[in-house]
Amino acid sequence: MRQDHLITATQLSRDDIEAVLDRARAVADDPAAYADRHAGRVLALCFFEPSTRTRMSFDSAAKRLGMNTIGMGDVDSSSVSKGESLSDTVRVIEGYADALVLRHPSEGAATLAGERVDVPVVNAGDGAGQHPSQTLLDLHTIREDHGLDDLTIGIMGDLKYGRTVHSLAAALTEFDANQHFISPESLRLPRSVRFDLHETGAQIREHEELEPVLDELDVLYVTRIQKERFPDENEYHRVAGEYRIDAETLEAAADDLTVMHPLPRVDEIAPDVDETDHARYFEQAHNGIPVRMALLDTLLENANPDGDEGMEVDR
Amino acid sequence: MSEHELRVSKIRDGTVIDHVEAGQALNVLAILGIDGSEGFGVSVGMNVPSDRLGRKDIVKVEDRELSQSEVDVLSLIAPEATINIVRDFEVVEKNRVTRPDSVTGVLSCPNRNCITNADEPIETRFDVVADGVRCDYCATILRADIADHIDV
Repeated sequence: MRQDHLITATQLSRDDIEAVLDRARAVADDPAAYADRHAGRVLALCFFEPSTRTRMSFDSAAKRLGMNTIGMGDVDSSSVSKGESLSDTVRVIEGYADALVLRHPSEGAATLAGERVDVPVVNAGDGAGQHPSQTLLDLHTIREDHGLDDLTIGIMGDLKYGRTVHSLAAALTEFDANQHFISPESLRLPRSVRFDLHETGAQIREHEELEPVLDELDVLYVTRIQKERFPDENEYHRVAGEYRIDAETLEAAADDLTVMHPLPRVDEIAPDVDETDHARYFEQAHNGIPVRMALLDTLLENANPDGDEGMEVDR
Repeated sequence: MSEHELRVSKIRDGTVIDHVEAGQALNVLAILGIDGSEGFGVSVGMNVPSDRLGRKDIVKVEDRELSQSEVDVLSLIAPEATINIVRDFEVVEKNRVTRPDSVTGVLSCPNRNCITNADEPIETRFDVVADGVRCDYCATILRADIADHIDV
């Protein structure tokens, strides 16, 4: 991958994706070989909205590469609450760190940050936009189970605001994948995402119900339908209930169906699914470590092309 | 159109923007930042019969030439437009507009949650795609409603 930043999944070619996933596999096989690779380097975790797993996952991945991490603390008590622009904030933090991971509530925030700084920027979620590092770990999980070609995947839930969905759908167009999108009418894929999918000639179909396509699927990727997307709470309960799965739902599925979820889940996947052979969402979350290690390693290597793999330290 | 059908008079020097999609004439003036206070002579024809478009609008501005960025944005709302430069009552130059690859700093993004609508020191940038424009920051696509988002 010869990229300076990771902003959107649409920037990634099949070769880019496979290179990171190959490296993730190597990291998973021999983590000790990567332990001091970026010792002395610093990763800034710039989270402008709450995040638990993405932040901790990057934090852990960086530390396992020998890096230190710095964060902004609570946004309410930081300079952001004093009205500083994102442009200024990232320019300042650029001087403190060798790479930035950014989570921000506005779409396009990571693009802006990437234009303002010279160190690598990873988009860890920009509003309802993109979340490409999640996509890499999703693809890693799918690849380990099924491979990435000749794949039939169902993506279900909130497709309109779900940034993990937007990134995953874009990345899958680089592979031979049939994509089925299952959602209520009001939460269909946004126009911009459908535009990109059609531009690539991707094979996609949209449905309002899971049942007619369930038995064709290799992977079912479930996302959370959020209450705040509905003006009326009764409407939310009615709609969300139709996109909930349990072990009984999955009796109609192929034996080797993989069920994934970017987490956190609320009740869209019943706990009884956890005990089935289909459940893969916890492994999926765990895959965030080798994949984000591989991603950071790649971006830092691109940013420091002199063969310097971080500063050697005596231990 | 023959002389006796002319609905607006000829101009001596200036620019005639012809073959504007019917209903877009006032948006053309908005793009050019013309509201009458500048003192230019301005004539507007709306819903004028046209062989090519059925009906068209036409805008004539005296003593005013167009910049490239004005022409670029014009092309988005009036892709069929012709721009005639008039000197001493004669058309000395006649150009069709061409669609640019991108437009910078002229349109505002309709996505309220786009970073370009936050309080950032940033110019909007839109790529021109098949049938509209697309925000470089949040990827929102703007089609028929481009004229509503001209930020001049």
